Amino acid sequence: MSYLSTLSSAYAEIFLLVMASSILIVDLFVTNPNKTLTYILVQLTLLSCALITVTTHEPGVVHLFNNMFVDDLMSDVLKLLSYLTVSMVLVYSRSYLILRGLFTGEFMVLTLFALLGMMVMISATHFLTLYIGLELLSLSLYAMVALQRDSAIATEAAMKYFVLGALASGLLLYGMSMLYGATSTLEVTAVSDAIKHGVGNKALLVFGLVFMVAGLAFKLGAVPFHMWVPDVYHGAPTAVTMLIGSAPKLAVFAFVMRILVDGLQPLVMHWSSMLAILAVLSMAIGNITAIAQTNLKRMLAYSTIAHMGFLLLGILSGGIDGYSSAMFYVVIYVLMSLGGFGMIMLLSRQGFEADMLNDFKGLNQRSPWLAFMMLILMFSMAGVPPTAGFYAKLSVLQAAVGAGYTPLAVMAVLFSLIGAFYYLRIIKLMYFDAPETHIPISIEADNGLLISINGLAILALGIMPSTLITVCAVAVQKSLMLQ
Amino acid sequence: MIFGFSLLSVAIWLPIIFGVLVLATGSDRNAPLARVIALVGSILGFLVTIPLYVGFDKMTSAMQFVELHDWITHFNIHYHLGVDGISVLFVLLNSFFTPLVVIAGWKVIEKRVAQYLAAFLIMSGLVNGVFASLDAVLFYVFWEAMLIPMFIIIGIWGGPNRVYAAVKFFLYTFFGSVLMLIALLYLYIQSGGSFAILDYHQMAIPMTAQILVFIAFFMAFAVKVPMFPVHTWLPDAHVEAPTGGSVVLAAIMLKVGAYGFIRFSMPIVPDASHYLAGAMIALSLIAVVYIGLVALAQTDMKKLVAYSSISHMGFVTLGFFIFNVYGMEGALLQMISHGFVSGALFLCIGVLYDRMHTRNIADYGGVANKMPMFAAFFILFAMANVGLPGTSGFVGEFMVIMGTVKINFWYAFAAATTLIFGAAYTLWMVKRVIFGAVANQHVAQLTDITLREKLMFIILALTVLGMGLYPLPFTEIMHASVSDLLVHIARSKL
Repeated sequence: MSYLSTLSSAYAEIFLLVMASSILIVDLFVTNPNKTLTYILVQLTLLSCALITVTTHEPGVVHLFNNMFVDDLMSDVLKLLSYLTVSMVLVYSRSYLILRGLFTGEFMVLTLFALLGMMVMISATHFLTLYIGLELLSLSLYAMVALQRDSAIATEAAMKYFVLGALASGLLLYGMSMLYGATSTLEVTAVSDAIKHGVGNKALLVFGLVFMVAGLAFKLGAVPFHMWVPDVYHGAPTAVTMLIGSAPKLAVFAFVMRILVDGLQPLVMHWSSMLAILAVLSMAIGNITAIAQTNLKRMLAYSTIAHMGFLLLGILSGGIDGYSSAMFYVVIYVLMSLGGFGMIMLLSRQGFEADMLNDFKGLNQRSPWLAFMMLILMFSMAGVPPTAGFYAKLSVLQAAVGAGYTPLAVMAVLFSLIGAFYYLRIIKLMYFDAPETHIPISIEADNGLLISINGLAILALGIMPSTLITVCAVAVQKSLMLQ
Repeated sequence: MIFGFSLLSVAIWLPIIFGVLVLATGSDRNAPLARVIALVGSILGFLVTIPLYVGFDKMTSAMQFVELHDWITHFNIHYHLGVDGISVLFVLLNSFFTPLVVIAGWKVIEKRVAQYLAAFLIMSGLVNGVFASLDAVLFYVFWEAMLIPMFIIIGIWGGPNRVYAAVKFFLYTFFGSVLMLIALLYLYIQSGGSFAILDYHQMAIPMTAQILVFIAFFMAFAVKVPMFPVHTWLPDAHVEAPTGGSVVLAAIMLKVGAYGFIRFSMPIVPDASHYLAGAMIALSLIAVVYIGLVALAQTDMKKLVAYSSISHMGFVTLGFFIFNVYGMEGALLQMISHGFVSGALFLCIGVLYDRMHTRNIADYGGVANKMPMFAAFFILFAMANVGLPGTSGFVGEFMVIMGTVKINFWYAFAAATTLIFGAAYTLWMVKRVIFGAVANQHVAQLTDITLREKLMFIILALTVLGMGLYPLPFTEIMHASVSDLLVHIARSKL
């Protein structure tokens, strides 16, 4: 077998890199201010990536580049979902960004590079590749937050994001270096083997673990490492907020799986108790603080923090049930997050951001259909059946109770009860209050179609969740090395 | 079977499909069409449940009209439907009320008609789902989903303080439900991965766990019933809800909580039920006596009937937790009768409110002079609420008291005081509203009930009297299920 054919598992990444670089050049010659050609090329690239990922899928787990990179079912599923998410982000944000003069070639190319970073994170099995993927993603996002350079609030958000993000990366690197010092390897599975065979100083390992978990918590936005989340979500242009709040969560999920489950499973008793604290704090602070918000983007930021708490609860419950429930949760979360930020962009106009809660007043009278979609999204975020959000919570709670964490599960449902209050408030504003303005809502056809698909998908997954749950369970089962 | 679909599925999905159709008529320009579709849908929804009664085998306590399909295979969750002699009655009761609610809102609701009617139709289907589910997750999905239409009904079409009432209603019930979810998950794990309610009935559970599970279920069901001290959402919700909302709340939603006790709490954790029966009886008696006194002090008619509902539901929970046939069957009859009577009373108050736009008792007086026909119906339903022999209200209360005497005379004595308090607050209200001289010029301008309103009241009056004079059709269908349930509860699961 020639060397080239062994690369087939990484074709999607290679193709994306080539295309991103070419589009950067092609874009120089696109004179149309709406960048239609660039946009079409980007969407075609995403479609081709999906086709490549599907056709190069191989049963079982394929390692390449000396165990630095892996192709398994979980990575393929997550990559396909990432393409879909990024593609949806671009559809949602196109007209929004065009109105604000931000729909530039750089935006799209940076999006593609961010996607490449996510793909590397998803497939990496070596501390170095993990770190490269993470940095590629983060650096692209920092730049995108700062894209609106004459907005003070966006610049502040970018600065904060960059400084805190760099700190988090530093923590991760520090943790990695300690683990390397203890086990003298950077390969995730080798680290796991080494720890299992008692190699390395236990104190050093746990110390490294603490830094790793702190770094991961930063990237996830879990309390007490959440300070950047509300400011960045609020300050960034909504299209960028949507990107930050959606696809990268899939990648970070894979990242956590690779490091904690594949790499540090032998230290599970240490990290699961750390995650328990992070999870409870995130659910508590996220849900309680969200109540006080008047800006929808900030509210969704705090709601994200609470959702990440739930995600951590799934992960710390462990086993196939725990990891697959966490994966299911993150997929559903991404779908809801897309819809939520999409709705803000849909209601925005030239020179007007619909990001205050009061902008949703009386939406049912202005557009019953959009109000209904938002109703589904909000009930899903609150975890009320028959929406997908309920099954996400159900599967995580099932894993938690199954693993004997019943008190944590009880706390989780009580905090989600608190969470229900602020989601209900949006519904109250939309349905029970009179509108403040009667300016007709004009939406592009593609956006209207997408938000309908997005909302109805959440309802449909709420009625027929079986397939997606099974996919997540099989993906986790086939990909992770579980003891 | 109807066109190849099983009856229970039709009973659940037909109203929901019609609800979506109604929703599709869109803006208020098409309101007449929306009303017609809703009426057709609700009547069809009732007609398809009649074969459930006719074709029901009264001899067995087993689940009938069972349907079983895979739903979420990974968690072993099934689309599992079936009814026994207890739940079939509530499916019928619920479907019976939907056309009445549609008729009640026919003229009164003028803004966003389609959404209003659709919410009721969809809720009707979901409530049927609650009563027919034999899978715990399916039950939970229907149970929670029915909050959504009710939340919207109270919030959009309700009174001045509707937002507060709607949010309180939602959060109260949601709070109870999430704890039940944890209990269900515990049972799922303990049973080795089954969500079938009937499996839980056979499962051995240690005492501590039984008590915890009982408490979790109690939180969910007691809030819905509602039992003292978690009843405070009900008066708010009732007062603010539009007439149709109040009717469904009182007639149907409260029954869902009581139904939960006999489908979940008692058969799944019988030992804890026996152990905690004293507390349950105490709370029930407090509801009967104390809330009865509270009702006496009300100045708002809807609030008065709301408190009277809580007091009557106290009878239901009392009947359950004395564990004998009289108590259980009496409680079930009381649930059905209370559905008819409180529904009818709320419709009566709605009729007055539509004309006067006030529910204050003090604003009325001498209504009988202007609305004699209405007064006759109102008094009939008030008498049924009091529990006059010959009306449906009598049978249930009498049986529960009889069952209670066998356990403890003083319990029965306390429960029987309701006959006095109930008569006091109901008749006093009737006296102040209906009788006397015409109180003011608003009352003087009242017009008697229209054909549409007459139709609703005649149907309800016949039912109330029929059930009071000849309760056998109701008791015989539940008898086998009730006696088997009692045998089951008497067996320890430790």
